This record gives sequence, C-alpha cells and structure tokens, in this order.
Amino acid sequence: MNPALRPYFLRRKIFDRAAKLLSLGAVVFALFWLIWILGVTLAHGLMALKPSLLNQMTPPPGEDGGLANALFGSLSMSFLAILIAAPIGIAAGTYLAETSRRRLWCETVRFVNDILLSAPSIILGLFVYTLLVRPFGHFSGWAGAIALALIALPVIVRTTDEMLRLVPDAMREAALSLGIPQWKLTTHVLYRAALPGIVTGVMLALARISGETAPLLFTALNNQYWSMDLGAPLASVPVVIFQYAMSPYEEWHALAWAGAFVITLLVLVLSLIARAVVAKNRVSNE
Amino acid sequence: MRGTPHLIIVSSNIKTIARPALAEEKYHSKKPDRSQFDARADRIFRWFVAGAATLVLVVLAASGVSMLWGGRLAFETFGWHFLFSSDWDAVNKNFGAFVPVYGTLVSATIAMLVAVPVSFGIAFFLTEVAPYWLRTPVAAAVELLAGVPSIIYGMWGLFVFVPFMADNVLPWVNENLGELPWIGALFQGPPLGIGMLTAGIVLAIMVIPFISSIMRDVFLSVPRGLKESAYSLGATTWEVVWDIVLPYTRTAVVGGIFLGLGRALGETMAVTFVLGNAHQLSASLLMPGNSIAATIANEFTEADSDIYLSSLVALGFLLFVVTFVVLVIARLMLRSTAAEGGRA
Repeated sequence: MNPALRPYFLRRKIFDRAAKLLSLGAVVFALFWLIWILGVTLAHGLMALKPSLLNQMTPPPGEDGGLANALFGSLSMSFLAILIAAPIGIAAGTYLAETSRRRLWCETVRFVNDILLSAPSIILGLFVYTLLVRPFGHFSGWAGAIALALIALPVIVRTTDEMLRLVPDAMREAALSLGIPQWKLTTHVLYRAALPGIVTGVMLALARISGETAPLLFTALNNQYWSMDLGAPLASVPVVIFQYAMSPYEEWHALAWAGAFVITLLVLVLSLIARAVVAKNRVSNE
Repeated sequence: MRGTPHLIIVSSNIKTIARPALAEEKYHSKKPDRSQFDARADRIFRWFVAGAATLVLVVLAASGVSMLWGGRLAFETFGWHFLFSSDWDAVNKNFGAFVPVYGTLVSATIAMLVAVPVSFGIAFFLTEVAPYWLRTPVAAAVELLAGVPSIIYGMWGLFVFVPFMADNVLPWVNENLGELPWIGALFQGPPLGIGMLTAGIVLAIMVIPFISSIMRDVFLSVPRGLKESAYSLGATTWEVVWDIVLPYTRTAVVGGIFLGLGRALGETMAVTFVLGNAHQLSASLLMPGNSIAATIANEFTEADSDIYLSSLVALGFLLFVVTFVVLVIARLMLRSTAAEGGRA
C-alpha cells in the first residue's frame, strides 16, 4: 500500500467504525424507552391489580372501587366495532384484490385507504360526533362503536387485500375452470386459503382500537355507573385512564395504572400473535 | 353445467352470450336454473364488495366535509383572522388557531429532529451492521414501541418522564444551552417538565418505529448487486449505505419520514398529557404550550357555546387538511420507489 495513502484509509475506517457504533447507539436508545415504558407500566399496574377491579364500579374521588363498568364498555364497544368493520373491511379488501378491471379506481381506493390508515384518530372521532352525537343530542355507546369501527376498517381492508393477493393465481384458475362462480370462488376457496392472514388483520385492528382514547372522548364520553345501554354514554378503560390520570387523587391514579396495565397487556399479546401469524404466512408463501 | 366464464371482469357480458340450444334449456328448466342463480348471486356479491370499497372513499371525504361544515361558524365569524390570531378566550368568545397550530408544528419538528437520525441509525444497524440472528428480534422489539397505545405514553410521560425531565435534564439544558447566542432563547425557562421539548421527545419515541421500519424495508429493496459492486471496490459499510443505498432509496425514505410526520402532527393523547394545555406563545421550548389535537381533546367537553365548539371543530379541519397533505405526499413518494419492496 502506498504509505502516503495510509492516513486516508485509516480515516475512512475510523469513520465507518464510528457510524456502526452510533447505529448501535440508536437501537439502544429505542429499546431503552421501550423497556422503561413497559417496566413502569408493569410495575405500577401489578401493584394496583386487585380482584375488586372486576366487580366494582369506577369510584367517586377518595373512595375505593374498580373498573367493571369501564371494562364492560370497552369490551362491548370494541366487539361491536369489529362486528361492523370486519365484514365491510373484508369485502372492500376483496374488491381491491380480486378486481382486475378499473385499475385506476382500485388504486385510488387503495391510496385513500392508506391515508385513512395513518390519519389521526381524533379526526374520525370528530366526524362521528358531527354525524351521530350532535343530531341526536347525546353521547352514546353506538357512536363510540362506530368511531372505533372507522379506525379498524382501513387495517382490515389493507391486510385482506394483501393476504388475498398472496393466494396463488393457479388456485383461482383451477376453481374457475371447474365453472365455479366468482362469489363461491371467493368465499369457498380464497377466504379459506387466506383465513389466517385475514384473522390476523382483524386482530391487529382489535389491538389498535382497544387503546384508542381520543375518538371515544367525543362519542361515548364516560359513565361513572354500570350501564348496558348502548344508547347512553358509556365508560371505557382508556377514557377512564385519561380522566383519572389527570386528577389529583392517589386512588384514581392507582386505578388508572391498573387500566393501563390491562390494556397494554391485551394490545401487546394481540399484536405479538398477529406478528407470529404474519411471519409464518410470509415464509410459507415465498 | 355450461362453462360460462364467471370472472368479475367478464361477467357483465353474461347476458350477451348466446343462449344455448332449446333442448338443453328444457333439460335445465326441470330443476331451478343454477346458472341464473349464480349470475344473480355474482351480481349481488360484486355490488356488495364494490360498495364496501366505495365506503372507504366516502368515509375520508365525509369526515373532511363534516368538519368544514361543523367549523363554518368559526370560519364565517373570524375569517382569515382565525388562522393568525393567538387569542383563545372562551369568555369573550374570541378564538384564533395560531397558538395550537404553532404548538403542533414545533412539537412535530422537535420530534422529527430526534426521530429521523435515530430511525436511520436503527435501519442502518438492522440492514448492514447487526449479525443475522439479532436482526429479527431487534426489529420486532422496536416495532413493539408502535403497538403501545398512546394513552400509555401519555401516562408514563406525565408520571415518570415529566418529573425526570424537570429534575435531571431541563436544569442542565437551561444552564448550558440557555446562554448560547441565537438559539439560547429556545432553552431558557423554569424546569417545569411539561412543555414543547418534553412533548417533542415523547412524540419522537412514538414515531421512531414507523420511520425505522419503512427505512429498513426500503434499504432491503436495494439490489444486492449494486451494494456488492461498491463493496468490491473497497467501500466501507458506511460508504455503501450513505453513497449507494441512501441515494437509491431517497424518495421512499423521504416518504417514510413524511408518514412519521403525519403521525406526529395528529398524535393526541400523549401530547395532551405532557404539553401543559396553556394558550400562550413563548419562544422557549421549556414552556408549556398547546397543540391542535390536545386543545380539542382537553376542551371539547367544556365547550359551552356554539362558537367555542365550532372553533374546536374548525381546528380539527385545519389538522385534517395538514395531515392529509402530508400523508398524500408520503404515500406518493413511497409509491414511486417502494412499490415492490416497501410496506408501510
């Protein structure tokens, strides 16, 4: 090697090492927050867990209570939201994946769906407010469920679309050559082949909406008492967390941490399962 | 059974296909005509899926229109003044969007300043530096950050991060950066903990997983031969990424950054907890402020007059327009290069 060039090579090498070290630092930086946030939530949440969470209502300040009404509200609204969003989302995803004409139209829908996917949820909450709360004059569980459904919809559309397009064309051609009509091909062959992927999409959507707070503030609001009436304001865990964490009372803070623990656990388990299914599907299809 | 082709693309032609011979017709008429049933079922099915797809468009358009409609009272009353006025006075019913808009832009800017280099570092590490066995678990762990609900970030921010900033970080910032010329004014102020800087950092943590996963995906889409030719000429890993990979994926990388920006602009709950909900303009990043989303979330249930409520919805419309533009740019840029390799 030309000795005159040695410092030049050395400099490039040092620069390279420094960049690699910094990239490691970036990863450590991100994981540091992850561990900190999850650790704090777990520690506070575990301390606040108690059986009365499940059978007592959210208390007034200074008293002991539970999250029963909020848990019920969250469960029923999320369930309803999925019940609304899943059929529509799967149908829309099917349209995108299985239509070969009108390419421009499909691309537009796909594009808009992608935008909806990352649009702020507070906007959809405001939309449902002007659509369903203002005209009827009161907040309701139905409005909350529909707001959540609108957030779940693009997630389901996207995964259904992607998963159906992973189904080999040979399967479609084989079915069509037997004279099977399109609707039967879709429901009996394609859905069966893409089922794990579609279920994953629904689970991801559920994970996304079970932590949503902002849209519920404008739609379902909150309810301190036990209520099974979806036509009335309905409590939900995230909104209770918001209200209680912002308050000055210690008992409320403990309940908020317990709620945070439950939600985080649910969301992380759902998304981990979904990830595992997707990873398995990717491998088997490639 | 007749071999009528039943693809969606051709089934609109079913009616024009010549009817089969009469004898066959008779044979089929003994049982319910299956092909007719199938054709009808197909038509219903097609209408159903097409309708569902159209609904996606309708939702986006309707939410924009409904907010414009809901905010019309504020827009009519205040006109262009609404955008540039920093008043927010519920008693005298005088509202302007400048403080929340400013807060949204500043906190998102801080978030991007932190998140973009870190995300690039993560993507660099995951595509070139880390040993193979480490890549998948680390990528999964970083993406877990995206799964944590924003209300959890908010709670952690309020109870843990804000006191930490107030006790350990901000006094140092105030002492060491507050005296600098030019940018010193940004870092002067009491160490309250809540404020723009804290909110920006929390936002950065929230968008890092989105930006880094897109960057990683598009880095992986670079043709192997391109990188290998650079390596064979003696380039270091850093030179390959900076001079080959990054220029090749430039558009998609910017798209990914814009996607993260869209998230940061519209993020609500986490910011509501740590921004302080104060309608005041201050040069310092250590002072509390407000953002569009946080203002709406905080004050929506308190809005006692029509013009107050309308102003909040009008704020929502501004947020809608800004995020819509940002997200459209993001998707267009991602589309152009990452069509085959990138997923977002």
